[in-house]
Amino acid sequence: MNTEPSKTYFDEMRSADGLVREIYQPYAAWLSQLPEGTLERKSQEAELLFRRLGITFAVYGESAGSERLIPFDIVPRIFGATEWRRLEKGIKQRVRALNAFLHDIYHGQEIIKAGVISAHQVLDNVLYRKEMQGVDLPNQVYAHIAGIDLVRVAENDFYVLEDNLRTPSGVSYMLENRNTMMRLFPELFANHTVEPVEHYPQMLLDTLREAAPAHVSNPTIVVMTPGSYNSAYFEHAFLASQMGVELVEGQDLFVHQQKVYMYTTEGPQQVHVIYRRVDDDFLDPLAFRPDSALGVPGLLEAYCSGNVSLANGVGTGVADDKSTYLYVPEMIRFYLGETPLLSNVPTWRLSESEDLKYVLAHLPELVVKEVQGSGGYGMLVGPTSSKAEIEAYRQRILAEPENFIAQPTLALSTCPTMVEAGVAPRHVDLRPFVLSGKDIRLVPGGLTRVALREGSLVVNSSQGGGTKDTWVLED
Amino acid sequence: MLARTADNLFWMARHIERAENTARVLDVAHRSALLPLDIEGTEAYLWYAPLNITGCAAGYEVKHGLARADTVTHYMALDPENPSSIYSCLKLARENARSVRGAITSEMWEVINATWLELNRMTWNMDNEKFPDFFDWVKDRSHLFRGVTLGTIHKDIALSFIKLGTFLERADNTARILDVKYHILLPSVNDVGGAADYYQWGSLLRSVSAFEAYRKIYRDVISPLRVAELLILRDDMPRSLHACMNEVEAALIDINGASGQEARRHAGEQHAALHFGRIEDVFAQGLHEYLTDFLSHIAVLGREIRDAYMSCRDHFEPLPVRRSPMLQMQ
Repeated sequence: MNTEPSKTYFDEMRSADGLVREIYQPYAAWLSQLPEGTLERKSQEAELLFRRLGITFAVYGESAGSERLIPFDIVPRIFGATEWRRLEKGIKQRVRALNAFLHDIYHGQEIIKAGVISAHQVLDNVLYRKEMQGVDLPNQVYAHIAGIDLVRVAENDFYVLEDNLRTPSGVSYMLENRNTMMRLFPELFANHTVEPVEHYPQMLLDTLREAAPAHVSNPTIVVMTPGSYNSAYFEHAFLASQMGVELVEGQDLFVHQQKVYMYTTEGPQQVHVIYRRVDDDFLDPLAFRPDSALGVPGLLEAYCSGNVSLANGVGTGVADDKSTYLYVPEMIRFYLGETPLLSNVPTWRLSESEDLKYVLAHLPELVVKEVQGSGGYGMLVGPTSSKAEIEAYRQRILAEPENFIAQPTLALSTCPTMVEAGVAPRHVDLRPFVLSGKDIRLVPGGLTRVALREGSLVVNSSQGGGTKDTWVLED
Repeated sequence: MLARTADNLFWMARHIERAENTARVLDVAHRSALLPLDIEGTEAYLWYAPLNITGCAAGYEVKHGLARADTVTHYMALDPENPSSIYSCLKLARENARSVRGAITSEMWEVINATWLELNRMTWNMDNEKFPDFFDWVKDRSHLFRGVTLGTIHKDIALSFIKLGTFLERADNTARILDVKYHILLPSVNDVGGAADYYQWGSLLRSVSAFEAYRKIYRDVISPLRVAELLILRDDMPRSLHACMNEVEAALIDINGASGQEARRHAGEQHAALHFGRIEDVFAQGLHEYLTDFLSHIAVLGREIRDAYMSCRDHFEPLPVRRSPMLQMQ
């Protein structure tokens, strides 16, 4: 079994001298006494379990309805409670600032007046929704559900890779991963005090209740999905059922006199909070894309009238844009008067000629991303790309430099992972899910994504990445 | 409950029940094929019965022509192009279930999903000898699904819509199975069939799991009149029309939506006719006529239920959508 630490990357389980880190010691001890072949067998059991449960995601570009399993890795990633609390503080700080920023840019725009960020950067962004100007949201929360992607490069060195404020997904895998681990390894949980994550749906429900229009005391809440062929449909259905609310599609809703109703077997029923997993553009064919069949005509007007709440709010995308990302540390200082606890990855903006020049000269070393891209699509990972790929990408950059940012290739930490050849280190990131209502809360841990291909730094499930259970243990 | 959810639950149950009934019909056809053929009994004659019962004779003829054991079995069991094949029904049931995963229990989903996955594993290496096992498997999965449903689901209107789908489909199927045999009935209802009839009626009873019950209740030779009585009027037989309408009426009363009045009235009427009916009157009307009549009532009832609860759009006043003034200013 190869659990040798990597020499060049931070290994979550072993320090450079090969010793197992303290937090991993009980797990490593358990692992070492495991009879040969047990992990392989458990891994197969896990796959069967996932298939039977239908924990799948649909794959774009393949025939309609084709479903795939996200590979599940049975070696957990482990955090100590102390380091987790530190991370948690930084994450909450970041989300608080992002919500303050969103409220500000749709109201007084103080941050622009103060010259911290340019009017062009905010107001000319295609994800900025003028319709939202002056609209007051309950608790001034825009991003009720945020997924903050973190990577680790050293013991105490975490970077925020990106902030996902539109419809971040993956939380169902976090919950099902835990569920599966508890089923496969009850003895591990009996001997470890793993902080629970199972109450996430209850926290989400509380958050959505708190998002209801102020005059509504017992809100009707729904989850809105684009439909069963959406890649994250499993998650939409999962969350609706875990919260005990209806899972609706656009066709199930209609707007009458600026109020939203759903068609039920007992006639129309008013809806107060919509946890929508449909992008802004598709929400309302009258306001946004007229060709959208997924949305509800008149929804935006009902929303702006304050009769229905949307989570996340309309227009949050402007704050998770990869070029706005650069300003988050400034936002923390500006709105909270605090020092940022988590670092940004150093980022070059290709709209700046100096940055552009540097990046074009160093493409093979850098990661270049589209400003509005997501899901790992359309990015260039310099060190693992061919010359031809780099040249093709260079042409794209030259055509529209302002569409791109570039970052150094980070030495993402690795975590022992089951692969065909046995257990070997693979790169991981972490997506905690942050809920903003009256308070900001999150369950300990999050979704760890793992790049299953040796050497790969791309962990996105759409790019063949897998996931693993994430433990927060008492130190 | 969402109208679309009700629709999917209803059809999920119908599709599972239909798969089971098709398996029953085919199973009996396979058993009958083992008997010595009488004068009428050409292969084609024998194999039209299951096609007629399930209403897919027309589609079959276009594709295969004359009825033959292997092609009929394949068409009704596994052909994805036949929308009411067992394969298609289980596929559709899974799609219905997938659309309403939040409204069913995870155990129900697991059964439906596992059924679909298993079906896909076994489908492509099936030969004639394995079909009886396959039919048993389909029945088992349906029993399992029903058991899991009753054992896990919260008893609210979700269950009522599942029951509606199950029992409307079952009533429809029992009536069809009986109807296909009507021509065997002799002019006088008191005549007892010959040896061939014994097997025909016996297999019919077996197809609806009523053979043992018949023996227990009547302790006598199998007569068409009693078979009909058993499967139409006796409400202690789980697959009889009367028993099915008991459930349909009860489910509609439980749902009790304002828009379902007409469906409830209609179901009540059908139920009362079965509750107070006499088998002599059924035969006086003519069994075929009676069953045809019943089937058309079931179809109308299905439409009334859909109109009342599942396609509510038509019942809501059309609501004009006004453009946001804010947006018009831009």
